Amino acid sequence: MDREPIIDARGIIKRYYIGQPNELEILHGIDIKVYPGEFVAIVGASGSGKSTLMNIIGVLDKPTEGQYYLDGVDVGESDDSELSNIRNQKIGFVFQTYNLISRQSALKNVELPMLYGGMGSRARTRRAKELMAMVGMEERMHHNPDELSGGQKQRVAIARAMGNDPAIILADEPTGALDTKTGRMVMDIFHKLNEEHGKTIVLITHSPSLAEETQRILTLSDGMIIGEREGRGHANI
Amino acid sequence: MLIFENILLALNGLRANKTRSLLTMLGIIIGIASVITIMTVGESMTASLTSEMSSMGATNVTIGVSMKESAYMTDESGRSFNSGPHRTEMTDDDYIDADMLKSLQTYFGDKIENIQKTASVGSGTVQYGGKTSAVNVSGVNNDTLEAAELTMKAGKLFTDRDQESAKKIAIVSDYMLNEVYGADVNDVEEYLGKQISVVMNNKFYHYTIVGIYEYDESNETYSFESTTSTSLYIPLITGFNELHTRERYNEVTVATVAGINLDDFMVEIEDYLNEVYYRNNDNFEVNCYSLSSMLESMTEMMSTISVAISVIAGISLLVGGIGVMNIMLVSIQERTREIGTRKALGATNSSIRMQFIVESIVLCIVGGVIGIIIGLIAGSIAAQKLAEVDATAPINGIILSVGFSVAIGVFFGYYPANKAAKMNPIDALRYE
Ligand SMILES: Nc1ncnc2c1ncn2[C@@H]1O[C@H](COP(=O)(O)OP(=O)(O)OP(=O)(O)O)[C@@H](O)[C@H]1O
Ligand SMILES: [Mg+2]
Repeated sequence: MDREPIIDARGIIKRYYIGQPNELEILHGIDIKVYPGEFVAIVGASGSGKSTLMNIIGVLDKPTEGQYYLDGVDVGESDDSELSNIRNQKIGFVFQTYNLISRQSALKNVELPMLYGGMGSRARTRRAKELMAMVGMEERMHHNPDELSGGQKQRVAIARAMGNDPAIILADEPTGALDTKTGRMVMDIFHKLNEEHGKTIVLITHSPSLAEETQRILTLSDGMIIGEREGRGHANI
Repeated sequence: MLIFENILLALNGLRANKTRSLLTMLGIIIGIASVITIMTVGESMTASLTSEMSSMGATNVTIGVSMKESAYMTDESGRSFNSGPHRTEMTDDDYIDADMLKSLQTYFGDKIENIQKTASVGSGTVQYGGKTSAVNVSGVNNDTLEAAELTMKAGKLFTDRDQESAKKIAIVSDYMLNEVYGADVNDVEEYLGKQISVVMNNKFYHYTIVGIYEYDESNETYSFESTTSTSLYIPLITGFNELHTRERYNEVTVATVAGINLDDFMVEIEDYLNEVYYRNNDNFEVNCYSLSSMLESMTEMMSTISVAISVIAGISLLVGGIGVMNIMLVSIQERTREIGTRKALGATNSSIRMQFIVESIVLCIVGGVIGIIIGLIAGSIAAQKLAEVDATAPINGIILSVGFSVAIGVFFGYYPANKAAKMNPIDALRYE
């Protein structure tokens, strides 16, 4: 790999209750590099710090110590509004619990990142419809989230993550709440985003077989990366 | 653009939580409604008095008999009562009589245009062949008749001789003729000279028609009775004859010559009459008032009431504002994950802040508009029932109320909105 990593975290330490007797160190100095176009899985036991690391990668959270360069930018130096802009333009989040906003139609949910990005309303709606079609949800565009099944909600969430065509998709157990069949469908969408749209994807999963479909698997244990190996990849399963 | 989306979002939220929103808005609704009610009443009364002033008698002074203030005493608990052997009923001596009016003419003749005198005989019905029509019978002098500005369709007003000899003649409305005789209102000539029967207090009174005027609905004061009652004029002394009293008034209207100072003149009349005729009267005296003095005292009264209502409104708006703040804090707590999600999608602190301030403003404006509507309805009902005037919408009050609602929304919405804006995205997302 001679290209620059798009995600470049060095010596990431995360502590809670700093300065208090119950001070807790969750991440003990993690180095992680992800290159553009890669599909990486993070696995590990519950409580090992996967989500904590993912939130730092997604600039939702700040590391206590360590440097993090995202697309060459030192985000440790960025202020709140710059971080908002990075989340808006460069990152698409997919959560285990979907986190769709109730009382707003699926389409309006997909429009949200574009709305915050300042896109005009016609362009926004047009793109949101395309994205809904991409995840096979064009039939249900005007439904509210509470009228959708889990799998449908997660597809809407993926469409939303793609709103501003971000370089990176971060997915924290996106299939965790879904049955195998629906999980399969969601996973196929991620492969499509990776292969056809060139998205860099970081996926947290508890499923060894899903992790195996990615290109690289990082194993986290007790706040440290204890293993790194290549997955078999999508083509070879 | 973001604002527009936020307004839609806020209205959606309002619709989703109807009961809660309504309860939250209650303080604002009550506050705004009470302000608009009082303003509607005030505006309506002022408008009607002003139009009355310009249409008739801006230079008129009404002299009326009223109870002396010294006839009232106030006990230590603040109740007022009538002290000693004082009377509240007027007796013959207490009235303004012909002598007093004659001496007024003598003393103030150069300032008096004319004196309009009325003997209110009573209300009754004109009857013929089973048909009836309600009338108000008044004995009037010619000055009063002229001031009434009747449009005559046939016949004429009373002559001086008619007045002096107290003839049993009447000027009636075309409306009455139509009701009782089925007359064509455009051709009433044939009814001149006709004898009519009026029933008042189970007694019959007979008059010969000498004049017929055109009934004008808009000249009548608003009344809740379903039947229309028109005026039936008879000569002044005829009126007193029917009442079986000598010539006496509890109120007369003096038309003054143009250009005199009404306020000074009223004081002069009061001083003169009270000194000469009411000095030894323990109970009654005369008071003068003009439309402008009435307007003035009404404005004064309205502003006193306004202050009281404003205090009530201010308190309920304050309570309402705190209610809005409270519900916004609850709403933000409930929607912590939503806030986290929005931040994850790239919402800046300021766009989150704006979302919740807009929500708070929308809540307050909707409350304000409901308050304005309730206030206008209550105000116009009050204006009709209390003052019998048509309602006039207080435009300034409405604009002010909307502005006030926005201000409350911003003021009480800012703290919760700011709290939402400053949430740490990851804490918000992890919130259970
Ligand atoms: N805000 C916090 N305050 C204190 N401790 C925290 C906080 N957030 C996370 N932790 C702790 O950090 C540890 C790692 O949590 P994290 O959510 O990263 O685990 P995970 O690997 O994602 O687990 P899972 O697979 O169950 O999702 C846990 O022990 C958790 O209790
Ligand atoms: Mg986790």
